[in-house]
Amino acid sequence: MSRDDQNLFSRAEEFLALFKRGADFSRELLKENERLRETLMQFQDQQETAAQSPVDWEKLRVQLLERIQSLEHECNSVRERLDQVELENSQFAQRYVEIEEENNNLANLYVASYQLHSTLDPDEVLKIIMEIVINLVGAEVFAIYLLNEETAELTAVASEGRDVTHFPSVKLGSGVLGAAVATNEATCWDTTRSDDLTQPIVCVPLMVQGRTIGAIAVFALLAQKEGFSPLDHELFNMLGGHAATALFAARLYSQSERKLNTIQGFIDLLTN
Amino acid sequence: MAKHRVLIVEDSPTMRQLLVFALRRLKDVEIVEAQDGMDGLRRVSNDHFDIALIDINMPVMDGLKLIRLMRGEDNLKGIPIVVITTEGASEDRERAIALGANEYLTKPIQANRVLEVVKSLLKVA
Repeated sequence: MSRDDQNLFSRAEEFLALFKRGADFSRELLKENERLRETLMQFQDQQETAAQSPVDWEKLRVQLLERIQSLEHECNSVRERLDQVELENSQFAQRYVEIEEENNNLANLYVASYQLHSTLDPDEVLKIIMEIVINLVGAEVFAIYLLNEETAELTAVASEGRDVTHFPSVKLGSGVLGAAVATNEATCWDTTRSDDLTQPIVCVPLMVQGRTIGAIAVFALLAQKEGFSPLDHELFNMLGGHAATALFAARLYSQSERKLNTIQGFIDLLTN
Repeated sequence: MAKHRVLIVEDSPTMRQLLVFALRRLKDVEIVEAQDGMDGLRRVSNDHFDIALIDINMPVMDGLKLIRLMRGEDNLKGIPIVVITTEGASEDRERAIALGANEYLTKPIQANRVLEVVKSLLKVA
């Protein structure tokens, strides 16, 4: 191949490369053109749907303002509902706590009355009354008195915290305890301890059908107990009735058992 | 679900019934009652328990002795113990905790507090 031919061949290749680059560039231009055409069409679509005059713009503005107002109204209403639900929730939580407490109190009262009526042994009833006063009320020093109707005197028959002999007998109507029993009114002072065994801090007359059979007198609460709760007052009321009934029934049963044994003894004696 | 077994060692039937009432609110719980420390020791030695609620002042064997014995036994030393007592003095509390009690509650009890403590020691919701 002559030198001229080589030169011509080289220039032809350069021209072909240049032509190829030109073709690629044209293709890119066409693509870009297509993309711009699509964008323009989108703009045209938007333009057609958008307001085309100041009146339309105003209408659109009013519509948008109304929509904003409506959404704000909805938002306020939802907020109000939320506040209401939160309030209801808090009330329910409070009510739950109250019901829980009520439930616990009822459980205490149920257990106390169940235990009181679970036996017909007078000593056992006294023991149960003491358990209730220690464990449920939280008393450290107290005594259970029974009334001798002939002498009209209250005598301690069981006690906790001090020996039973340390609790003085009380005439009906005299002193704090005697007065409380005579008037059949449970009394409770706003204090947790009295070292004077004639000055109880709680007096609970034990009554059966309006007839007093004794009393519970509390002189000191346990150190950890800071005062009386509403449940304590409920327990005192319950004890005033149920403890009295349980004691009365147990004593009657015990007496009738004794009488029955005596009669049976006589019958055995006569028949043998 | 496996049941949580709870042992109540308490000489007062009133307290036992009250504790049973409170603990029955727990799901899947089986409650066993013992009326004094010796009875409690016998039951805890013969059976598996997840927690024990023990009173201090009891006839035959008091609660502190029972705690000491339980903490001395390899198979019983891991059982959580809640003391429930009328003794509110701080030295009584310290003595019980030193012997190995996990919690110390004083009477009169609050059912919610008992439940809270038992749930926490049993790690249940």
